[in-house]
Amino acid sequence: MKDTLGVERPIIALENVEKYYGEYYALRGISAEIRQGEFFSLLGPSGCGKTTLLRTIAGFEELSGGRLTIDGKDMKRVPANVRPTNMVFQSYAIFPHLTVAENVGFGLRREPLSRDEKARKVAEALEMVGLRGYGARAAHALSGGQRQRVALARALILEPKVLLLDEPLSALDKKMREQMQTELRRLQRQVGITFILVTHDQEEALIMSDRIAVMFEGQIAQLDTPQQLYRRPNTRQVGEFIGVMNFLPATATVSDETHIEVEAAGLGRAVIAPDQLPGGWHPGQTQSVGIRPETMSILFPGETTDRRVAIGTVEDLSYYGDMTYYVVRLDGVDRPMTISMKNLVGRPVLDRGTEARVAWDARSLVLFA
Amino acid sequence: MIASETGSGAIPMIKLKINIKIKAWPRLGRSEAAQGYFLVAPPFLYALLLLAAPLAAIVLFSFWTQDYLTLDTTLTLKNYREALSDPLYGELLLRSLVISLAVTAATVLTAFPIAYFISFSVPPSRKSMWIFLITIPFWSSYLMRVFLWKVILGYNGVLNTTLTGLGIIDEPLSFILYNANAVVITLAHAYAPFAILPIYVALEKIDRSLLEASRDLGESRVMTFLRVTLPLAMPGVVAAVLIVFIPTIGDYVTPRLVGGPNGLMIANMIQTQFLKLNNAPMGAALAVLAMAMVTAVSLVFLFLNRRYLKGQK
Repeated sequence: MKDTLGVERPIIALENVEKYYGEYYALRGISAEIRQGEFFSLLGPSGCGKTTLLRTIAGFEELSGGRLTIDGKDMKRVPANVRPTNMVFQSYAIFPHLTVAENVGFGLRREPLSRDEKARKVAEALEMVGLRGYGARAAHALSGGQRQRVALARALILEPKVLLLDEPLSALDKKMREQMQTELRRLQRQVGITFILVTHDQEEALIMSDRIAVMFEGQIAQLDTPQQLYRRPNTRQVGEFIGVMNFLPATATVSDETHIEVEAAGLGRAVIAPDQLPGGWHPGQTQSVGIRPETMSILFPGETTDRRVAIGTVEDLSYYGDMTYYVVRLDGVDRPMTISMKNLVGRPVLDRGTEARVAWDARSLVLFA
Repeated sequence: MIASETGSGAIPMIKLKINIKIKAWPRLGRSEAAQGYFLVAPPFLYALLLLAAPLAAIVLFSFWTQDYLTLDTTLTLKNYREALSDPLYGELLLRSLVISLAVTAATVLTAFPIAYFISFSVPPSRKSMWIFLITIPFWSSYLMRVFLWKVILGYNGVLNTTLTGLGIIDEPLSFILYNANAVVITLAHAYAPFAILPIYVALEKIDRSLLEASRDLGESRVMTFLRVTLPLAMPGVVAAVLIVFIPTIGDYVTPRLVGGPNGLMIANMIQTQFLKLNNAPMGAALAVLAMAMVTAVSLVFLFLNRRYLKGQK
């Protein structure tokens, strides 16, 4: 979807969107653009406002302030039933008094199609979600995964511009969830519709999304691609929420634009690139550095490396079979840090109390306030 | 001292007795089914003596005949033949059916909006208070309420005085008391809470996300009501219909007090047969016919309900 200048127009634009219930602010000035055809996730802990934001897009909540446009049209006072969005509810909201086919075809009543055409569309939609031949079944006779597929088919049959998914996988067991993650991704690529997924599961968001908005307390803390979010979180809060991150007290000095020197407790001095700073930051504000567990490694006895090495002690470890998670205290640091190691052939699992030589890279450091 | 001694002595005795009983029927004493039977036994006996036995007696009576005080116990269908051929009885049965259906329709149609309002518009913290308010009419006796309706609907009643006072009508309305209309108005008011409660419960059970889903799928509020809310509330509506219809068809106090000559129902005739005409068998036959009618109508509604219940958890 391009405008006259050939610039990609966002399918959804949020401009300083606010929502408050009395004194309570659920959304505090959300601004974001969601692109046509992308898989977009709203990620955050419970109560961060991600579901409220989804519901304002769907039209179930009126905005208290700001502007919301979908496909270039202002959605002020546009009720849910005429918005070009459809939703997959957390509870799936399958109509219990209707059959599977009646559920899927619910929204087709207003379409100017013959009975046969509608039946064919329903059959196609069921086929698409892998429920071929389930049409005549009663809705209550379905499993959780099947209900979810019915909810998906029911929303997609109307060919919405945007599909909204409110924690659709949270009620499924682990195996089913992983299967549905891949399937949702496949479906999204197949139909090319913009998907907006609400989830509190960071792993799910990383796996499925093109871009993720991480939300805390009614605000977007960072909006980025999964890789960028994981590798370069803007704040400590984001770094802690997505995956595991170790934090060390640090100071930074800048000598010129491309040369930033960091002094981190336990690791020593390092020179880092400007892109390792959070956006709009002065290096002088730095109070800590973050480093991911898998970017470090513990050298086994006799192993040599050309990476930087810090010395510490193994305080504790958790053996997971494929991985071992070490809790290591670097010399001169109060808080221990987590280091994950793949259990490769020939690599021993260290005992508690042994000395650990930790190899690390300046490139994997992220600076925080 | 004495009391405490006997008391302490009595407790082990009772325990012993219970132990013996349980040992005597080891399976029955432990199984849940037996416990269930034990719990329902008193009300079951009560129901047997006060419901099943009189019912059986009524059915039996309906095949007997009576001439003034002598009861002829030879079995015959004479009463039924007479009941079905005499137009008076037929008219009374039909009128009872029509009045009951009218009461049911009026009650359920007025109860639904109230139940809907409480379920959808009243904040959750106030709902129990509203339900409590609905039951306030029960604080006064039914007879009092019927008499008050006479005061309201009468020739010089509250309604007529107000309307003439306001100049809306010149002469007092006469079609509102001592006829079938008065019976319908009075009964519909009396049974309103019984209809509101089951409909309210059915509405409360509806998952609100279903209504959002319907809106999301393009339906307006009205169509959402017709396609989702109403079908899902149907079990409550059917329950309300049965709860109102079944007792009203046999009501005789209300028609006697506000019905006038043209508002009398079959129960009034049954009462007359039993108590005034000394023809208990005829009264019994009419009662059996009325019951058959109630059963037939109820079965229709139960069948409808089953259709709606099908496919629901």
